[in-house]
Amino acid sequence: MDIPALTDEKLKELELKANQARELLIKMLLEAGSGHSAGPLGMADIFTALYFHVLNHNPKNPDWDDRDRLVLSNGHICPIRYVTMAQSGYFPIEELKTLRKIDSRLQGHPHRDSLPGLETTSGPLGEGISQAIGISLAAKLDNKKYHTYVIASDGEHQEGNTWEALMFAGKHKLNNLTLILDRNNIQIDGFTENIMPLEPLKEKYTSFNWEVFEADGNNISEFINVLGLAKKIFEKPSVVIAHTIPGKGVTFMEKDFHWHGKPPNQEEAKKALKELRTLQGRIISEHQ
Amino acid sequence: MLNPDLHLNQKLFDKDVEQKATRDGFGEALVELGESNPNVVVLTADLSESTRTDGFEAKFPQRFFEVGVAEQNMAAIAAGLGLSGKIPFISSYATFSPGKNWETIRTTIIYGNSNVKIAGHHSGIMTGPDGATHQATEDIAITRAWPNISVFVPCDAIEAKKATLKSAEIRGPVYLRFTRDKTPIITTKDTPFSKEVEVYWINEAPKTVIFATGYMLYYALLAAKNLEEKGIKVQVANVSTIKPIDSKTIIKLAKEAGKVVTVEDHQVAGGLGGTIAEVLAKHYPTPMEFIGLQDTFAESGAPFELIKKYGMDEVAIEQAVTRLIGNQNE
Repeated sequence: MDIPALTDEKLKELELKANQARELLIKMLLEAGSGHSAGPLGMADIFTALYFHVLNHNPKNPDWDDRDRLVLSNGHICPIRYVTMAQSGYFPIEELKTLRKIDSRLQGHPHRDSLPGLETTSGPLGEGISQAIGISLAAKLDNKKYHTYVIASDGEHQEGNTWEALMFAGKHKLNNLTLILDRNNIQIDGFTENIMPLEPLKEKYTSFNWEVFEADGNNISEFINVLGLAKKIFEKPSVVIAHTIPGKGVTFMEKDFHWHGKPPNQEEAKKALKELRTLQGRIISEHQ
Repeated sequence: MLNPDLHLNQKLFDKDVEQKATRDGFGEALVELGESNPNVVVLTADLSESTRTDGFEAKFPQRFFEVGVAEQNMAAIAAGLGLSGKIPFISSYATFSPGKNWETIRTTIIYGNSNVKIAGHHSGIMTGPDGATHQATEDIAITRAWPNISVFVPCDAIEAKKATLKSAEIRGPVYLRFTRDKTPIITTKDTPFSKEVEVYWINEAPKTVIFATGYMLYYALLAAKNLEEKGIKVQVANVSTIKPIDSKTIIKLAKEAGKVVTVEDHQVAGGLGGTIAEVLAKHYPTPMEFIGLQDTFAESGAPFELIKKYGMDEVAIEQAVTRLIGNQNE
């Protein structure tokens, strides 16, 4: 199924949703007292675009056979998935407060059996693209029309399993699979290019027989347009290298790898929420 | 004597007893499953002939996936297939799968609860000339430690076929352990395959019960027969399901005999010996002897030479029984 055209009205709605997602995320992480901040903030726009515009899904029937599959490989950014799932109606917003707490469905890293709507179990890196490949192969065997999207981080391209998966998808020309690569340039210990350089990523993908697209992952309309182009490729699997700013929307977190794996404290959360409220006003005025 | 109720191979102790590799039973079962169940798919990591998936590949090429030398990828792709209604079998040498890809299986198949069957081949020192790199001797330990899995170790090619067919009926992960070389046919097509521990060599008032798993059951039965000729009565039980373990029968047999020997081609730590010791330590502490690899790697050599050198043949089993009974008389 093609991705519907994006009107200005819809774009405004999505931008406001993404901003609300960031606010919910900050509150959720503050309540949890642990978890990742930078990655989830950077990916708020993409998750909003997916859940509110791109995916063919039904939050009231999460096991619907023909739903598009969204596989999250870098499971540690799950807070933003939980937030956008709650906003979509998979579960009450109130439940976000239970993240990482005992008896919660919102595990620290996503566990498929714990929460309807999650497609896989992830956290240990480098395993999601392979799982998405398995789901895509099943669709082909069963002549199903659903599309499989998989989100992977840049850091997990240091895992050998990632390249095993890329080789396989190239061999099988999996055109019902689209990879969204969260290129935010940070990982736990620092900047990716200092820890273990990944560039030239585009050339690496091309040489593995993938079609490569690039987009600003914090520009919802650009991302949706490019994703639409990527889905039109039918002789190869395609990847959208989505350039995102880690910590996007909260200035003191942006581009700082120290925010990879920690939550804000009370004071930092207050400051972040204030900034996001200002941003909300700006979005509204920009679309007038 | 051999338990007459179990329809065992009456020619078991003949010099020319029929021999067949358990991996062949696996291969035959896959072809049957391919015919009976369209959801069965098979993946291999550059070992299709050696792990006997080539028969399935020839008949069902659309449902066969060659992933190349990439065991982690194989496991996680299978996880995705299993979550989407397929029944994937992944097949490689056990040192690589579930060895090399252990964490991938743990996360995506076991914790992820995907309906994947893991076939580990070339288990034990029976793998022989390839050497210790290819002899999987810890695979029972590393799979049975997981929650949410069944672990089957068939004793011969016939049981291997039944275990493989059974695994497809189970909703959830299963580990199947196979060996490379031909080993004696112990059972017949009429022998029941269940999750229960079955007594293959029966006796009144036994002095020891021997629990054996895999093809090593043959050496345990041989030891029982030799001991019988010396007037020592033992029972021999086949533990082909390591998980879930049939504690009830194990405790009952240990109570009857008072002494226990475990026999396996695996490290004694964490394998069958460890499993039985856990059950008995909790419910009925019993003096035990452990036949298997004693915290060491083996080496290249002909399988039977290795079994002898590493103290796992019928002579070693008889000695273990004698040691235990000697203790009783002290």
